[in-house]
Amino acid sequence: MRWINRRPGPVLATVLAALPFLAVLGIYMIGSEMRLAVNPSDKLLPAPTTILSTAERLLTEPDRRSGEILFWLDTWASLRRLLIGVLIASSLALVMGILIGMLPYMRAPFAPFVAVFSMVPPLAVLPILFIMLGLGEVSKVALIVIGIAPFLIRDMSQRVIDLPREQFIKAQTLGASSMAIGLNVILPQVLPRLIGAVRLSLGPAWLFLIAAEAIAADQGLGYRIFLVRRYLAMDVILTYVVWITLLAYLLDFALRQISKRAFPWDGESL
Amino acid sequence: MSYVEVKGVAKAYGKRTIIENINVSVAKGQFISIVGASGCGKSTFLRLLLAQELPTHGEIHIDGAPMAQEPGRDHGIVFQRYSVFPHMTVIDNLVAAIAFDTNFWGRLSRARRTEERTKARKTLDRIGLGHVAGQYPADLSGGMLQRLAIAQALASDPKILLLDEPFGALDPGTKIVMHDFLQELRDETGMTVFMITHDLEEAFKLGDRVWAFDKPVWDEEDPEKNAATITYDFDARDDGIPFQTLRERTNVLQAR
Repeated sequence: MRWINRRPGPVLATVLAALPFLAVLGIYMIGSEMRLAVNPSDKLLPAPTTILSTAERLLTEPDRRSGEILFWLDTWASLRRLLIGVLIASSLALVMGILIGMLPYMRAPFAPFVAVFSMVPPLAVLPILFIMLGLGEVSKVALIVIGIAPFLIRDMSQRVIDLPREQFIKAQTLGASSMAIGLNVILPQVLPRLIGAVRLSLGPAWLFLIAAEAIAADQGLGYRIFLVRRYLAMDVILTYVVWITLLAYLLDFALRQISKRAFPWDGESL
Repeated sequence: MSYVEVKGVAKAYGKRTIIENINVSVAKGQFISIVGASGCGKSTFLRLLLAQELPTHGEIHIDGAPMAQEPGRDHGIVFQRYSVFPHMTVIDNLVAAIAFDTNFWGRLSRARRTEERTKARKTLDRIGLGHVAGQYPADLSGGMLQRLAIAQALASDPKILLLDEPFGALDPGTKIVMHDFLQELRDETGMTVFMITHDLEEAFKLGDRVWAFDKPVWDEEDPEKNAATITYDFDARDDGIPFQTLRERTNVLQAR
């Protein structure tokens, strides 16, 4: 039988899915073991048990100075920035994308502008944002918006253009106004596309968030990582990295579930 | 008498003229089949009838109204594919024909929607789609999709119905069922229909007239050079043999 026709059963598929994770964990444990054997006070690759006890301490023990658990404070601060940024960017993309995709009079001025604007490296304008908007929350959210909105707008307008022309003609023969077409034909069909595009841009959104937090913040997951970096606190950094990855994955998973539930007419997606 | 009037219509894209010199008039309730080789302007002519594009020369009038500048409720259209909205259930596709025209937003009030759904339900039952009312178009077979598309086009009560190879993708058996379906609807509504098809048998079976689009002069070096027009306008009533029916009054009982 050819390999393209062979499929793993459900049990084997689960085992295969777990394999890379276990492999990475195993390699880490061996490396950590080897380094600790040479130098028990090595900080670069702390033992998994050390990380676990650090994680427990981070998650439960309040900070001595403020009396708050910094881990949850950081999580909340970062998530709020991320979600507000993504929400603003996707709302902007939905409106602008539909308008650019459906109205030639919007496409003419805005499509070239968005195409050029999307080439501006967001991190290069971060100093400008800090100077203009201050070091507070606004500049961090703005960086996320500037970072992902152009991609989302371009993707949305392309999705609108990709819709079969026949549907637009049909809607017109049923008497629909431009607004009615945008609202009833285009909007519901690009919403699942928007969720798909947002899922893809979550990675960059986290990148911009952590970059902004690393440079200027007083709380947040990125801020904490770059703070403890000075003390080579690998156990703290690793805990935070795993936590960020988990959060990002859960967001992605939630968006996929929403898309599946809300748009049953839409086909399967990864 | 003449319901659709086409006067001296030509369409050119840049220097290339696709069709020219089209002068026809169609009576209310006539079924026109349009045949012809690919690239002979059938679809271009349909787009002009639909007002999706405007003719370079000439005029098209439907029911004496001024020439349409864009597609509207006078035109009903069924394409070979993508005619129905994939994100709406079967019943909502029908309701859309009413909803889209009600106001600027294309939305019905809650009460009105319930009312229109009840009406749509009856239509669906009548055309044999009642059992799939709540499903999405992706779950329907090709024949059912086209049935829905035709019902949707007729639900807005257009003046002319345009069919662009509506049964081109269907298997022969389904095609025949769809012919019966279309003929029934036509008998009911007296609709004026224009249908493009590649199936000559279908053209003569359904049409009152069959128009053949062709180029009067073919350039051997450059087949795209000359424009096409309607080269034949067949009378297709009684399967294309209108004058072979017995016309005299006789006292003999006829087999029919």
